[in-house]
Amino acid sequence: MGPLIPNGVIPADWDSIIAILIGIVFGFVLESSGFSSSRKLAGIFYGYDFAVLKVFFTAALVSLIGMYYMDYLGYVDVSQMYVHPTYLWGAIIGGIIMGAGFVAGGFCPGTSLCAVAIGKIDAIVYVVGIMIGVFIFSELFFLFQPLYEGSYLGNITVEDSLGVNPYWFIFTITIIAIISFAVSDIIRKRNKKIFY
Amino acid sequence: MKNNQKNRHVYWNPYFGGFLLGILILFTFYITGRGLGASGAMKSSVVAIVDVVAPTHAENNAYYSKFVGKDKSPMNTWLVFEALGVLIGAFLSGGLTGRISWRVQHSPKITSKRRLVFALGGGILFGLGAQIARGCTSGAALSGMAVLSTGGFITMLAIFGSGFAFAYFFRKNWI
Repeated sequence: MGPLIPNGVIPADWDSIIAILIGIVFGFVLESSGFSSSRKLAGIFYGYDFAVLKVFFTAALVSLIGMYYMDYLGYVDVSQMYVHPTYLWGAIIGGIIMGAGFVAGGFCPGTSLCAVAIGKIDAIVYVVGIMIGVFIFSELFFLFQPLYEGSYLGNITVEDSLGVNPYWFIFTITIIAIISFAVSDIIRKRNKKIFY
Repeated sequence: MKNNQKNRHVYWNPYFGGFLLGILILFTFYITGRGLGASGAMKSSVVAIVDVVAPTHAENNAYYSKFVGKDKSPMNTWLVFEALGVLIGAFLSGGLTGRISWRVQHSPKITSKRRLVFALGGGILFGLGAQIARGCTSGAALSGMAVLSTGGFITMLAIFGSGFAFAYFFRKNWI
Protein backbone atom coordinates (compact mmCIF):
# COMPACT_ATOMS: atom_id res chain seq x y z
CA MET A 1 0.00 0.00 0.00
CA GLY A 2 1.19 3.48 -0.90
CA PRO A 3 2.95 5.77 -0.29
CA LEU A 4 5.70 3.33 -1.23
CA ILE A 5 8.90 4.93 0.12
CA PRO A 6 7.57 5.97 3.58
CA ASN A 7 6.06 2.48 3.97
CA GLY A 8 9.37 0.81 3.02
CA VAL A 9 8.12 -0.89 -0.17
CA ILE A 10 10.83 0.93 -2.13
CA PRO A 11 14.09 1.42 -0.17
CA ALA A 12 14.87 5.03 0.72
CA ASP A 13 18.18 4.80 -1.21
CA TRP A 14 16.16 5.19 -4.40
CA ASP A 15 14.84 8.56 -3.27
CA SER A 16 17.26 10.74 -5.26
CA ILE A 17 17.05 8.66 -8.44
CA ILE A 18 13.27 8.81 -8.32
CA ALA A 19 13.45 12.57 -7.68
CA ILE A 20 15.46 13.10 -10.88
CA LEU A 21 13.14 10.86 -12.93
CA ILE A 22 10.02 12.60 -11.63
CA GLY A 23 11.68 15.96 -12.32
CA ILE A 24 12.45 14.95 -15.92
CA VAL A 25 8.80 14.11 -16.58
CA PHE A 26 7.67 17.30 -14.80
CA GLY A 27 10.01 19.47 -16.91
CA PHE A 28 9.10 17.68 -20.14
CA VAL A 29 5.35 18.07 -19.59
CA LEU A 30 5.63 21.74 -18.58
CA GLU A 31 7.85 22.65 -21.54
CA SER A 32 5.71 20.72 -24.03
CA SER A 33 2.61 22.49 -22.73
CA GLY A 34 4.24 25.84 -23.54
CA PHE A 35 5.08 26.82 -19.97
CA SER A 36 8.59 27.90 -20.95
CA SER A 37 7.07 30.98 -22.63
CA SER A 38 6.35 33.91 -20.31
CA ARG A 39 4.06 35.49 -22.88
CA LYS A 40 1.93 32.36 -23.01
CA LEU A 41 1.81 32.16 -19.21
CA ALA A 42 0.85 35.81 -18.77
CA GLY A 43 -2.01 35.30 -21.25
CA ILE A 44 -4.30 34.13 -18.46
CA PHE A 45 -4.19 37.59 -16.85
CA TYR A 46 -5.15 39.39 -20.08
CA GLY A 47 -7.49 36.84 -21.62
CA TYR A 48 -5.50 35.97 -24.75
CA ASP A 49 -4.24 32.51 -23.73
CA PHE A 50 -5.75 30.28 -21.05
CA ALA A 51 -3.20 27.45 -21.14
CA VAL A 52 -2.30 28.09 -17.48
CA LEU A 53 -5.90 27.77 -16.34
CA LYS A 54 -6.50 24.62 -18.40
CA VAL A 55 -3.27 22.80 -17.55
CA PHE A 56 -3.27 23.81 -13.89
CA PHE A 57 -6.93 23.08 -13.19
CA THR A 58 -6.89 19.80 -15.16
CA ALA A 59 -3.76 18.64 -13.32
CA ALA A 60 -5.20 19.52 -9.91
CA LEU A 61 -8.45 17.66 -10.65
CA VAL A 62 -6.82 14.57 -12.17
CA SER A 63 -4.55 14.21 -9.14
CA LEU A 64 -7.35 14.97 -6.70
CA ILE A 65 -9.89 12.58 -8.23
CA GLY A 66 -7.19 9.94 -8.70
CA MET A 67 -6.05 10.29 -5.10
CA TYR A 68 -9.51 9.76 -3.67
CA TYR A 69 -10.21 6.86 -6.04
CA MET A 70 -6.98 5.15 -5.02
CA ASP A 71 -7.86 5.77 -1.37
CA TYR A 72 -11.34 4.31 -1.94
CA LEU A 73 -9.88 1.24 -3.68
CA GLY A 74 -7.28 0.79 -0.95
CA TYR A 75 -4.08 1.50 -2.92
CA VAL A 76 -3.14 4.51 -0.81
CA ASP A 77 -4.14 5.92 2.52
CA VAL A 78 -4.89 9.57 1.91
CA SER A 79 -4.41 10.34 5.62
CA GLN A 80 -0.73 9.26 5.30
CA MET A 81 -0.04 11.91 2.65
CA TYR A 82 1.91 15.02 3.51
CA VAL A 83 -0.62 17.84 3.70
CA HIS A 84 0.86 21.28 3.10
CA PRO A 85 0.40 23.09 6.46
CA THR A 86 -1.87 26.10 6.73
CA TYR A 87 -0.45 29.33 8.12
CA LEU A 88 -3.42 31.50 7.27
CA TRP A 89 -1.87 34.97 6.88
CA GLY A 90 1.38 33.60 5.48
CA ALA A 91 -0.58 31.83 2.74
CA ILE A 92 -2.63 34.94 1.91
CA ILE A 93 0.13 37.56 1.99
CA GLY A 94 2.74 35.26 0.44
CA GLY A 95 0.25 34.41 -2.32
CA ILE A 96 -0.50 38.08 -3.02
CA ILE A 97 3.22 38.88 -3.31
CA MET A 98 3.71 35.85 -5.60
CA GLY A 99 0.79 36.96 -7.79
CA ALA A 100 2.39 40.38 -8.28
CA GLY A 101 5.70 38.69 -9.08
CA PHE A 102 3.97 36.35 -11.54
CA VAL A 103 2.37 39.12 -13.59
CA ALA A 104 5.49 41.33 -13.42
CA GLY A 105 7.98 38.61 -14.36
CA GLY A 106 5.79 36.22 -16.32
CA PHE A 107 7.00 33.04 -14.65
CA CYS A 108 6.62 31.01 -11.51
CA PRO A 109 9.65 29.06 -10.18
CA GLY A 110 8.89 25.75 -11.96
CA THR A 111 8.17 27.34 -15.31
CA SER A 112 11.23 29.61 -15.08
CA LEU A 113 13.44 26.51 -14.69
CA CYS A 114 11.93 25.11 -17.91
CA ALA A 115 12.64 28.39 -19.70
CA VAL A 116 16.23 28.43 -18.38
CA ALA A 117 16.70 24.94 -19.84
CA ILE A 118 15.87 26.17 -23.36
CA GLY A 119 18.05 29.27 -23.11
CA LYS A 120 15.66 32.12 -22.24
CA ILE A 121 17.82 34.89 -20.79
CA ASP A 122 14.84 36.60 -19.14
CA ALA A 123 14.22 33.35 -17.21
CA ILE A 124 17.83 33.22 -16.02
CA VAL A 125 17.40 36.78 -14.70
CA TYR A 126 14.12 35.73 -13.11
CA VAL A 127 15.75 32.81 -11.27
CA VAL A 128 18.49 35.16 -10.03
CA GLY A 129 15.65 37.40 -8.83
CA ILE A 130 14.02 34.52 -6.93
CA MET A 131 17.33 33.80 -5.22
CA ILE A 132 17.68 37.48 -4.26
CA GLY A 133 14.11 37.32 -2.89
CA VAL A 134 14.97 34.28 -0.77
CA PHE A 135 18.13 36.04 0.41
CA ILE A 136 16.15 39.17 1.44
CA PHE A 137 13.65 37.00 3.30
CA SER A 138 16.38 35.10 5.15
CA GLU A 139 18.39 38.18 6.08
CA LEU A 140 15.27 39.98 7.34
CA PHE A 141 13.83 36.83 8.86
CA PHE A 142 13.27 38.54 12.22
CA LEU A 143 10.83 40.89 10.41
CA PHE A 144 8.93 38.10 8.66
CA GLN A 145 9.03 35.57 11.49
CA PRO A 146 5.67 36.55 13.10
CA LEU A 147 3.98 36.20 9.69
CA TYR A 148 5.91 33.03 8.80
CA GLU A 149 5.15 31.22 12.05
CA GLY A 150 1.90 32.92 13.07
CA SER A 151 -1.76 31.96 12.52
CA TYR A 152 -0.82 28.26 12.37
CA LEU A 153 -3.86 26.06 11.84
CA GLY A 154 -2.08 22.71 11.40
CA ASN A 155 -1.97 20.34 8.42
CA ILE A 156 -5.66 20.86 7.78
CA THR A 157 -7.75 20.04 4.74
CA VAL A 158 -10.92 21.70 3.46
CA GLU A 159 -12.75 18.81 5.09
CA ASP A 160 -11.61 20.11 8.50
CA SER A 161 -12.04 23.82 7.84
CA LEU A 162 -15.29 23.83 5.89
CA GLY A 163 -16.81 20.67 7.35
CA VAL A 164 -17.73 19.42 3.88
CA ASN A 165 -17.75 15.92 2.47
CA PRO A 166 -14.57 15.64 0.34
CA TYR A 167 -16.35 13.78 -2.46
CA TRP A 168 -18.99 16.49 -2.87
CA PHE A 169 -16.29 19.15 -2.66
CA ILE A 170 -14.30 17.50 -5.48
CA PHE A 171 -17.47 17.12 -7.54
CA THR A 172 -18.25 20.83 -7.08
CA ILE A 173 -14.75 21.94 -8.14
CA THR A 174 -14.99 19.71 -11.19
CA ILE A 175 -18.19 21.49 -12.25
CA ILE A 176 -16.54 24.89 -11.59
CA ALA A 177 -13.55 23.79 -13.73
CA ILE A 178 -15.73 22.75 -16.68
CA ILE A 179 -17.65 26.05 -16.54
CA SER A 180 -14.40 28.06 -16.31
CA PHE A 181 -12.97 26.21 -19.34
CA ALA A 182 -16.06 27.06 -21.39
CA VAL A 183 -16.06 30.71 -20.25
CA SER A 184 -12.32 31.04 -20.96
CA ASP A 185 -12.86 29.90 -24.56
CA ILE A 186 -15.56 32.54 -25.04
CA ILE A 187 -13.33 35.28 -23.57
CA ARG A 188 -10.39 34.26 -25.75
CA LYS A 189 -12.46 34.46 -28.91
CA ARG A 190 -13.55 38.01 -28.04
CA ASN A 191 -10.03 39.27 -27.43
CA LYS A 192 -7.71 40.08 -30.25
CA LYS A 193 -5.16 37.43 -31.01
CA ILE A 194 -1.62 37.94 -29.74
CA PHE A 195 1.24 36.32 -31.61
CA TYR A 196 4.40 35.38 -29.78
CA MET B 1 15.01 21.39 -39.86
CA LYS B 2 12.17 22.96 -41.80
CA ASN B 3 9.73 20.83 -39.88
CA ASN B 4 11.26 21.98 -36.60
CA GLN B 5 10.94 25.65 -37.52
CA LYS B 6 7.28 25.16 -38.30
CA ASN B 7 6.66 23.45 -34.98
CA ARG B 8 8.40 26.00 -32.80
CA HIS B 9 5.23 27.32 -31.25
CA VAL B 10 3.07 24.26 -31.49
CA TYR B 11 2.46 23.11 -27.97
CA TRP B 12 0.50 20.20 -26.58
CA ASN B 13 -3.22 20.41 -26.10
CA PRO B 14 -3.51 21.98 -22.60
CA TYR B 15 -5.93 19.31 -21.39
CA PHE B 16 -3.48 16.59 -22.48
CA GLY B 17 -0.59 18.33 -20.69
CA GLY B 18 -2.75 18.88 -17.62
CA PHE B 19 -3.84 15.25 -17.59
CA LEU B 20 -0.23 14.00 -17.72
CA LEU B 21 0.80 16.49 -15.03
CA GLY B 22 -2.05 15.30 -12.83
CA ILE B 23 -1.00 11.66 -13.29
CA LEU B 24 2.58 12.67 -12.40
CA ILE B 25 1.47 14.40 -9.19
CA LEU B 26 -0.58 11.34 -8.27
CA PHE B 27 2.39 9.06 -9.01
CA THR B 28 4.69 11.30 -6.92
CA PHE B 29 2.34 11.13 -3.95
CA TYR B 30 1.97 7.36 -4.42
CA ILE B 31 5.74 6.80 -4.39
CA THR B 32 6.97 9.43 -1.93
CA GLY B 33 3.92 10.55 0.07
CA ARG B 34 4.63 14.18 -0.88
CA GLY B 35 4.01 16.43 -3.86
CA LEU B 36 6.18 18.28 -6.36
CA GLY B 37 8.05 21.53 -5.77
CA ALA B 38 10.22 24.08 -7.49
CA SER B 39 11.11 27.03 -5.27
CA GLY B 40 12.62 24.68 -2.65
CA ALA B 41 15.64 24.02 -4.88
CA MET B 42 16.31 27.75 -5.23
CA LYS B 43 16.07 28.22 -1.47
CA SER B 44 18.56 25.36 -1.01
CA SER B 45 20.94 27.03 -3.48
CA VAL B 46 20.81 30.32 -1.59
CA VAL B 47 21.38 28.54 1.72
CA ALA B 48 24.30 26.60 0.23
CA ILE B 49 25.91 29.75 -1.20
CA VAL B 50 25.58 31.64 2.09
CA ASP B 51 26.90 28.60 3.97
CA VAL B 52 30.04 28.55 1.79
CA VAL B 53 30.64 32.32 1.78
CA ALA B 54 29.82 33.03 5.43
CA PRO B 55 29.40 29.79 7.45
CA THR B 56 29.15 31.45 10.86
CA HIS B 57 26.54 33.87 9.57
CA ALA B 58 24.49 30.93 8.24
CA GLU B 59 24.68 29.21 11.62
CA ASN B 60 23.59 32.30 13.52
CA ASN B 61 20.74 33.27 11.21
CA ALA B 62 17.46 31.84 12.47
CA TYR B 63 16.29 30.89 8.95
CA TYR B 64 19.45 29.44 7.33
CA SER B 65 20.24 27.47 10.46
CA LYS B 66 17.08 25.39 9.91
CA PHE B 67 18.73 23.89 6.81
CA VAL B 68 22.45 23.68 7.66
CA GLY B 69 24.09 21.60 10.35
CA LYS B 70 26.73 18.99 11.04
CA ASP B 71 25.15 16.18 9.08
CA LYS B 72 22.78 18.19 6.90
CA SER B 73 23.72 19.38 3.44
CA PRO B 74 21.35 21.96 1.94
CA MET B 75 21.93 20.63 -1.60
CA ASN B 76 21.31 16.96 -0.78
CA THR B 77 17.55 17.23 -0.75
CA TRP B 78 14.77 15.67 -2.79
CA LEU B 79 13.73 19.00 -4.29
CA VAL B 80 17.22 19.80 -5.61
CA PHE B 81 17.40 16.48 -7.49
CA GLU B 82 13.88 17.05 -8.75
CA ALA B 83 14.83 20.53 -10.04
CA LEU B 84 17.84 19.02 -11.87
CA GLY B 85 15.38 16.63 -13.49
CA VAL B 86 13.13 19.54 -14.52
CA LEU B 87 16.07 21.17 -16.33
CA ILE B 88 16.88 17.90 -18.14
CA GLY B 89 13.24 17.22 -19.03
CA ALA B 90 12.59 20.72 -20.36
CA PHE B 91 15.85 20.60 -22.32
CA LEU B 92 14.78 17.32 -23.94
CA SER B 93 11.33 18.66 -24.81
CA GLY B 94 12.76 21.94 -26.17
CA GLY B 95 15.45 20.07 -28.09
CA LEU B 96 13.02 17.67 -29.75
CA THR B 97 10.86 20.57 -30.96
CA GLY B 98 13.71 22.94 -31.88
CA ARG B 99 12.90 25.59 -29.30
CA ILE B 100 16.40 25.90 -27.82
CA SER B 101 18.16 29.21 -28.44
CA TRP B 102 19.62 32.09 -26.45
CA ARG B 103 17.07 34.86 -26.44
CA VAL B 104 15.12 37.37 -24.40
CA GLN B 105 11.45 36.85 -25.04
CA HIS B 106 9.35 39.99 -24.81
CA SER B 107 6.44 41.82 -26.37
CA PRO B 108 7.51 43.81 -29.49
CA LYS B 109 6.24 46.94 -27.75
CA ILE B 110 8.92 46.88 -25.05
CA THR B 111 12.72 46.69 -25.07
CA SER B 112 14.78 43.71 -23.90
CA LYS B 113 16.16 45.84 -21.11
CA ARG B 114 12.71 46.65 -19.77
CA ARG B 115 11.79 42.96 -19.95
CA LEU B 116 14.89 41.97 -17.97
CA VAL B 117 14.29 44.64 -15.30
CA PHE B 118 10.73 43.43 -14.77
CA ALA B 119 11.86 39.79 -14.80
CA LEU B 120 14.33 40.56 -12.02
CA GLY B 121 11.75 42.47 -9.97
CA GLY B 122 9.11 39.78 -10.50
CA GLY B 123 11.59 37.10 -9.44
CA ILE B 124 12.47 38.96 -6.25
CA LEU B 125 8.78 39.28 -5.35
CA PHE B 126 8.08 35.64 -6.16
CA GLY B 127 11.07 34.43 -4.15
CA LEU B 128 10.01 36.48 -1.15
CA GLY B 129 6.34 35.43 -1.39
CA ALA B 130 7.23 31.75 -1.81
CA GLN B 131 9.17 31.81 1.48
CA ILE B 132 6.35 33.56 3.35
CA ALA B 133 3.77 31.07 2.04
CA ARG B 134 6.16 28.08 2.40
CA GLY B 135 5.88 27.06 -1.23
CA CYS B 136 5.15 28.27 -4.74
CA THR B 137 2.61 27.40 -7.40
CA SER B 138 3.93 23.81 -7.52
CA GLY B 139 4.67 23.01 -3.89
CA ALA B 140 1.90 24.90 -2.11
CA ALA B 141 -0.89 25.44 -4.62
CA LEU B 142 -0.79 22.43 -6.97
CA SER B 143 0.50 19.73 -4.60
CA GLY B 144 -1.57 21.19 -1.75
CA MET B 145 -4.76 21.02 -3.78
CA ALA B 146 -4.14 17.36 -4.64
CA VAL B 147 -4.65 16.43 -0.98
CA LEU B 148 -7.30 19.14 -0.33
CA SER B 149 -4.94 21.21 1.85
CA THR B 150 -6.71 24.38 3.00
CA GLY B 151 -3.47 26.34 2.76
CA GLY B 152 -2.97 25.09 -0.81
CA PHE B 153 -6.35 26.41 -1.90
CA ILE B 154 -5.83 29.75 -0.13
CA THR B 155 -2.38 30.21 -1.71
CA MET B 156 -3.74 29.32 -5.16
CA LEU B 157 -6.62 31.84 -4.83
CA ALA B 158 -4.25 34.52 -3.49
CA ILE B 159 -1.70 34.04 -6.33
CA PHE B 160 -4.23 34.21 -9.15
CA GLY B 161 -6.47 36.81 -7.47
CA SER B 162 -3.51 39.11 -6.97
CA GLY B 163 -2.25 38.39 -10.50
CA PHE B 164 -5.55 39.58 -11.95
CA ALA B 165 -5.63 42.58 -9.59
CA PHE B 166 -2.13 43.73 -10.57
CA ALA B 167 -2.47 42.81 -14.27
CA TYR B 168 -3.69 46.30 -15.18
CA PHE B 169 -0.43 47.92 -14.01
CA PHE B 170 1.77 45.61 -16.07
CA ARG B 171 -0.39 45.46 -19.22
CA LYS B 172 2.12 47.37 -21.34
CA ASN B 173 4.64 44.54 -20.87
CA TRP B 174 2.36 41.88 -22.32
CA ILE B 175 -0.35 43.26 -24.61
